[in-house]
Amino acid sequence: MRYSETGFNLEIDLSRGNIERVETDPRLTELYLGGLGTNAKILWDRVPPETDPFSPDAPLIFSSGLLGGTIAPGANRTIITAYSPQTLLMGFSMMGGFFAPEMKYAGYDKIIFRGKSPDLVYLWINNDKVEIRDAAHLRGKGAVETQDIIRKELNQPSAHVAAIGLAGENRVYTASIEQGRSSASRLGLGAVMGDKGIKAIAVRGTNDINIARPDEFIKLCNEVLEYIKFRNANPVPNIMTILQGLGSPQEMVETDEKWHTENFSWGNSRIRRKDFWTKEIEERWKSVQLDVRKRLISCYNCPMKCGAIIAVPGLSIYMMKCFTKLTYTMGALVDDLDFGFRISQRAAEYGVDGFSTPQIMAFGFELKEAGILTDADFEGCPSDNEGRFYWLLDRIVRREGIGDILADGTHWAAKKIGKGAEAYVHNNIKKHEQLPLKLGMLNPVYYLMYATGEKANITQIEGQFPQAPFMTMEEREAFVKDWFQVPDEKFKQYVLDWEPRGEHSNPLYPTVDMSVDIVDWQEKMHYIDDALGVCAGLSSFPLKPPYHMHNYPHFISSASGIDMDETGLTEVYNRNRNLVRAINVRRGMRRADEDPPEDHWKKRFPELEKKLLDAYYKFKGWDDDGIPTKETLQKLDLGYVAEDLEQRGIIKNG
Amino acid sequence: MAKVKKKIKSIKIDLDKCNGCRACEVICSAFHASPKYSGANPGRARIRMIRDPLRDVYVPVYAGEYTPAECMGRDKYVIDGKEYDECGFCRASCPSRDAFKDPDSGLPLKCDMCEDDPPQEKPLCVQWCLNDALIYEEREEEVEEEESPEALEVGVKALTDKFGLDQIMDAVARMSMSKKG
Ligand code: SF4
Ligand code: SF4
Ligand code: SF4
Repeated sequence: MRYSETGFNLEIDLSRGNIERVETDPRLTELYLGGLGTNAKILWDRVPPETDPFSPDAPLIFSSGLLGGTIAPGANRTIITAYSPQTLLMGFSMMGGFFAPEMKYAGYDKIIFRGKSPDLVYLWINNDKVEIRDAAHLRGKGAVETQDIIRKELNQPSAHVAAIGLAGENRVYTASIEQGRSSASRLGLGAVMGDKGIKAIAVRGTNDINIARPDEFIKLCNEVLEYIKFRNANPVPNIMTILQGLGSPQEMVETDEKWHTENFSWGNSRIRRKDFWTKEIEERWKSVQLDVRKRLISCYNCPMKCGAIIAVPGLSIYMMKCFTKLTYTMGALVDDLDFGFRISQRAAEYGVDGFSTPQIMAFGFELKEAGILTDADFEGCPSDNEGRFYWLLDRIVRREGIGDILADGTHWAAKKIGKGAEAYVHNNIKKHEQLPLKLGMLNPVYYLMYATGEKANITQIEGQFPQAPFMTMEEREAFVKDWFQVPDEKFKQYVLDWEPRGEHSNPLYPTVDMSVDIVDWQEKMHYIDDALGVCAGLSSFPLKPPYHMHNYPHFISSASGIDMDETGLTEVYNRNRNLVRAINVRRGMRRADEDPPEDHWKKRFPELEKKLLDAYYKFKGWDDDGIPTKETLQKLDLGYVAEDLEQRGIIKNG
Repeated sequence: MAKVKKKIKSIKIDLDKCNGCRACEVICSAFHASPKYSGANPGRARIRMIRDPLRDVYVPVYAGEYTPAECMGRDKYVIDGKEYDECGFCRASCPSRDAFKDPDSGLPLKCDMCEDDPPQEKPLCVQWCLNDALIYEEREEEVEEEESPEALEVGVKALTDKFGLDQIMDAVARMSMSKKG
């Protein structure tokens, strides 16, 4: 019997309409755990590096993690993997919600698509009954709307549906995959889904997931719940409110946006509005948010409430989480939050990433002001800030006129537009738009994360370690006192010695080696979460989370029966980290690509940055260009990867 | 008539506090797996979240009695302007729907308040609902003592008066046969 996983994948060949249930090799679970790890393995094995993200051969994988669907709280992530049309690298996108657990109850750890369907279709999985169904009637329908239509036409109110909107159908590079209150937004995987002709996947399952050692497992789960209760009652003091608790940033609860609106940049990530948060704004924004927010909601089997049901009068109901309420508002330079909630409804139905899309639009208008784009490009566009954002969103999603060019994201659009447009692309890493945040002093830990994170998205790389030093020694001591999550006691010392000013402050402190240590820990937790399918909001993202390096090995062994300890788990992390790196290296990524936006910090230190990157590569066992060495790969049972990279001349004197 | 004390176990359900997480379902299924916690499958839960996020409908419903036949009609509630599904609040394991039936055997499922030995402090769904949407309460109530044999005799006499002893004996025999069978 297989424990904690179903042991089966669903393989769908869309070109031929072929559906197969395939047993997986348990040895792969031991090596890569599942989720992101086994996704990476499939991506590496199945297609050569030249594969275009829109080639029929390119796989699109919907995966659960190893703990997904068990009673482990928050084990609900769907890990979606394909090549990103925007970065051309491995696309990371994760979503919470209810999809992956349901897929596992239906009997599958993953759904792997290949080929392309000639007509728009949707997949309906009801335990072992799997059908590819016509979706012609869903063409152009909203991503949220579609989920409801499908549930109704199947007469399956308990089915969970992941769907794309018009943006995905039209292969917009910022297209998301929406499901319930969650979405896999980053890196354009909705476009890949649309390219394959899949409008949606609906799933319903009523099978068991087995647990190897139930007594141990329930004890661990109860401890996690107890600790969540403790943390909910004991927010971490002396840091800003949204970072004090568990979960993803509590943007649906919080109405005080002084920090975001005054510290993040508006427009095309340009303008700081330091006196924005006045008394009137505060009152207005609060009343707007409380009026439209109907209920705080969670993902599957999680006591937190990171999302909300949003009902704006006159618009259909949708769900929201995180920063979307701010990104459109700030991108469009609109002072009323009401606009944010309204345009987000349209954006959710279109199915677009709320991080990149507003920036792409703001970029478009900046080019217009600079005279690089002309009035002709914007014929019929209203002149007010709100109206023009709606107008451009409609054009992008439909790929009409200038919208067609901008639909590829700022990097590719600038290349097409020319005339110096590239100078206005100032907030990307690896061709991907970043948070609109511009800071003063370089933080060495953040430098490394921005530069080297394969996910190209800081919120999915950072976590666990404070973002800034505490002001006083008292505060530092209070913080480290009950910080048992650290994998090593040295991290406490780093916090104790880190000061806001003077010798022990940014950029020279944490030192180069310390920074590498910290980033390695941060990445490790994210990679483990993504293999286990546990939400980062209960693990790698917040300070003092319920899941950590000390209890994870027990979770894994009691659930799956695989022998696991901290050393073993670190090895799995290193294996998965290196495999992901190898996939991207094989697709041409090099040191030169590991470059945070130039203006992310005002004060930059090229020599220090070089040292940081050198040290990080060395620590990882990579060469100066960020390529894993043969020895590193061999030690991690990735000899087949080393061989391939050698044959291609990527590893030179291995 | 004589009064006796009876322990009433109840779960207060506060729909406004529910975040729709389905933790109650999955922990119920795990608790009733055998061995305990050896599996997870909300399809086997004795509590069911009726959820329809886009209408803001979040109703945890506990599995009640099995009924061999569905009701003659249906009910539909509208509360505060929000329309709930037909039979939305009904606890019956009923032929008209698939709720509260074991997905493999089709046998009815019924909430047993997590009977356990030693007893659980609170039912598992309540323990796992950290949002306090489910609140467990125990109270003692005075109830009338079970019908006394004398009352039964009175009843049987009434029946024999009406149908004659032979017919009653036949009916009792048939009923006891079908129960054994
Ligand atoms: S912490 Fe928040 S985002 Fe994570 S599973 Fe829970 S509700 Fe979802
Ligand atoms: S556990 Fe509580 S909050 Fe979660 S669905 Fe059940 S009743 Fe609602
Ligand atoms: S009380 Fe126990 S048996 Fe009843 S629904 Fe809750 S967990 Fe299940």
